[in-house]
Amino acid sequence: MTPYQFKPKSRWREFLGEKFIAVTAFAALIAILLIFVFIFKEATPIFTSSEVQKEASLNKMTFKQQFQPNKPAKWSWQPNSDLPKYSLWPLFLGTIKAAIIAMLFAAPLAIGAAIYSAEFASKRMREIIKPVIELLAGIPSVVLGFFALIVLATLLQDLFGLTYRLNILNAGIALGLAIIPIIFTVAEDAMNSVPTSLRDAARALGANPWQVSFTMVLPAALPGIAAGVVLGFGRAIGETMIVLMASGNAAIVSASFVDSARTLSATIAAELAEVVFGSAHYNVLFFIGTVLFLFTFVINLGGELVLQRLKIRFQGKLS
Amino acid sequence: MRRLLAQAFLILALSQAALAGQITVRGSDTMVRLCQRLAEEYMKIHKQTVIQVSGGGSSSGIAALINGSTKVCASSRLLTDAETRMAATKGVNLHQLVVALDGIAIYLHKSNKIVDLTLGQLRDIYTDRITNWRDLGGPDQPIILYGRENNSGTYTYFQKQILGGEDFAERCEPLPGTASVVHAVTHDVNGIGYGGIAWATTIKYAGIKVNDSAQAVLPSTVNVSDRLYPISRELYFFLNGEPTGETKEFIDWVLSSAGEKIVVESGSVPVRAK
Repeated sequence: MTPYQFKPKSRWREFLGEKFIAVTAFAALIAILLIFVFIFKEATPIFTSSEVQKEASLNKMTFKQQFQPNKPAKWSWQPNSDLPKYSLWPLFLGTIKAAIIAMLFAAPLAIGAAIYSAEFASKRMREIIKPVIELLAGIPSVVLGFFALIVLATLLQDLFGLTYRLNILNAGIALGLAIIPIIFTVAEDAMNSVPTSLRDAARALGANPWQVSFTMVLPAALPGIAAGVVLGFGRAIGETMIVLMASGNAAIVSASFVDSARTLSATIAAELAEVVFGSAHYNVLFFIGTVLFLFTFVINLGGELVLQRLKIRFQGKLS
Repeated sequence: MRRLLAQAFLILALSQAALAGQITVRGSDTMVRLCQRLAEEYMKIHKQTVIQVSGGGSSSGIAALINGSTKVCASSRLLTDAETRMAATKGVNLHQLVVALDGIAIYLHKSNKIVDLTLGQLRDIYTDRITNWRDLGGPDQPIILYGRENNSGTYTYFQKQILGGEDFAERCEPLPGTASVVHAVTHDVNGIGYGGIAWATTIKYAGIKVNDSAQAVLPSTVNVSDRLYPISRELYFFLNGEPTGETKEFIDWVLSSAGEKIVVESGSVPVRAK
């Protein structure tokens, strides 16, 4: 007869189990680290090899270049040319423009749906809306891209009389469909985690449901909603298949949102398969990968940090 | 269950390969469909031979031939100087065969009034010197350019032969395959695109003139094999040395009338006229 329910009889087995779990946890961490190291390693010749720098130095990738004596300097992405041109601006601009359209389309819809679902919908309604929106996240991006390529592009062109059938607007809206569930889920969770005591207090002071949600819950959940938007933005930057299929992929520098555009991610997907191993073009594609990795890493980190602070704020003292 | 079947199939294929020789054909994406059809038909007659066909592009096929990881390299272009030198240093004795001809057609929307274009006009269109159909006698509408991704053999060929090595206009939208180009032009009244010649159900072909005074030639099988159509090229097989054994049998069959029938069926043009 022992007073303990769980007898600590084999310490070594527990020890091994503990270590095994620790190893699996670190494996993911190490995998990410190794992936980054590999990608960066393949990009380093841009900084070290003078031969690569002749074609693609940081300077050439960033600033306007004059390629012909009588033509104005410009940003140009033409890697398979007699005179390869590796300016990253057209790609960067395309990525940002597509992400902005996606945000403008997805954020209001997702936040609106989150407010409705968390605050106004009946319990039954909520049980329908929430899973259905979250189901959107399960649609493979290649299917969304296909939809944009075949259906959405024609629809938008007929609706607005656009010059280019495949353009950023088209890609951005399809991208928006992919990030609605991300923003919705995080925003809805943020609103639901506002403590009931706060709602009760507001109701006790005579606030109607509208006043409770817009003067009480929404401001309190705002950091969480912002985090959702930031996470959605991170996905929009990195998403590849949709923009590859729907944006037309022409690397142009323009302010228009109905031109075609080539994004950083689509460029890697389209060109890496047949690039000459070890060439400047190859290194530049890995450099783009590094930039993309750092960019989305910082954005996602920012989003997570905000979420973390929000949790502490609600669980700890609320000033 | 499916996995089991796949494994059984794999083992079967491997054991077959061990029994008889295995021929690998690697290279041009343009030629993948052709090579696959050729391999299928050949394997129907020669049950003991296994032919593996994969794409990846002419460049990767040539690299594979030089590395010795493929017996036959399918290529839509000749080797570059650098590749020839590389082959020589690795001791590869290049053997070159023309297996088929391929024309590149210019696609227009069916409602487009333009009937033919000169090679010069084509160059000006794709390098952004002509940007409006008005300048070609059409309506006052912008010309929307469609092309192929810059890793495609067709892209390189078009850039070298038609644009004279100049860059494509930046607003030209690169698409992943001929089918996408056809689809894009089908849905765009102001569109123009280029690609293979066996696709003309939903678009129309532009006749091509070498210069203003020449006669326009439409991209047809006959015109390509008679070498009348100006935008055509040869499709090659490269081997390491003269073919021997099973590879030789396969190559001989490809160049026979039975092989030519497959070439025609898959939209390319046989080497010998008619």
